[in-house]
Amino acid sequence: MADKTHYDLIVLGGGPAGMTAVVYGARKQMDMLVISDDIGGQTMWSAGIENYLGFPFITGPELVQKFEEHVRQFNVPHEYTRASNLSRTGDRFSVQTHDGRTFTARAVIVATGKSPRMLGVPGEKELIGRGVTYCATCDGPVFAGHDVAIIGGGNSGLDAVVQMMKICPKVYIIERSPELRADAVVVRKAQEADNVEILTGTKVTEIIGEDFVDGIMIDSVDGGSPRRLDVKGVFIEIGLSPNTDFADGVVRLNPHGEIPVDCAARTGIPGLYAAGDVTDVPEKQIIIAAGDGAKAALGAYAYLVRLPVAEDWGQMIT
Amino acid sequence: MATQDAKQVTVYTTPTCPYCHQVKDYLKQKGVEFSEKNVAADLEARNAMVQKSGQLGVPVIEVDGQTIVGFNRAKLEELLG
Repeated sequence: MADKTHYDLIVLGGGPAGMTAVVYGARKQMDMLVISDDIGGQTMWSAGIENYLGFPFITGPELVQKFEEHVRQFNVPHEYTRASNLSRTGDRFSVQTHDGRTFTARAVIVATGKSPRMLGVPGEKELIGRGVTYCATCDGPVFAGHDVAIIGGGNSGLDAVVQMMKICPKVYIIERSPELRADAVVVRKAQEADNVEILTGTKVTEIIGEDFVDGIMIDSVDGGSPRRLDVKGVFIEIGLSPNTDFADGVVRLNPHGEIPVDCAARTGIPGLYAAGDVTDVPEKQIIIAAGDGAKAALGAYAYLVRLPVAEDWGQMIT
Repeated sequence: MATQDAKQVTVYTTPTCPYCHQVKDYLKQKGVEFSEKNVAADLEARNAMVQKSGQLGVPVIEVDGQTIVGFNRAKLEELLG
């Protein structure tokens, strides 16, 4: 099995869209491979889901566990890595992975979802996991007893503030806009806390530290008033960006970096489908991603049944 | 299998971290015995984790002295053998 590198279909991504595509593809007995370094995607981060049909309340990890159990019964091969490049020659796709391997397929479903957006300031990349974190829910408790800064004044940022203000001596919240953008209820909690300092109209210019974070440099959005904050933790909560950097050579992305699709999950490139939050679908919801994944798998199946198998494919993949 | 000594597996977790639950489920499903250290409550374990992994994030998985940061299945499978 380990040597097999060519499939009829490759599914990129292991969230609701990708896993639903796998279920539909497996039931059609498609020759398929999943490439994803995680299972669950953003669903894993959800503390409570109340709008996935059949489950009045379920946590993200619990729903993912159910997805995984469902998918596992089909024994579809799964490579735990990520795509680094997607290319197309004739009617054949080639997927390069971060661990240096190449897989080919006649059809591909891109369901790689979204990841937390990075700030893009000096020191950020170097200090990931060393004080810089994108998952306050995961890593928050590790910073108990230390001063921290939360970047982003939306709901996820304020959720992190409310979590951290109970266990940290001092919590800074930094937001570029003149006002916090989160719901009034959580904003009031932050405003009423003695140990929370709200810095609006403020940007982060640098994250400082050798082995671990020692502080951050901030400034007013217009510049001219730099200040250093001594913090051990930096929680970045400034939204999400689509995981499409590997695909821009094959398909044209929209200005948000998403893959435009039609109502049948087609990208306009024959054999290339996309589903879920990575696409320009108007609502980013688990149930919508799952439905799109089903459409993509059924579309890919119909496409492959009609597509004549090229006799020279053996030469094309070398 | 029976002749192979069981590997020493420790998972450093926080109670709220979803990937920590995923790691534990994965190990249970594979029948791998492990000990868990909750770094939210156990300061000594937190310091040990930071020292061993150079990381301030969970989960950290230790297999016979080698550490994996995050739920990296490929690496975990490799270390578990």
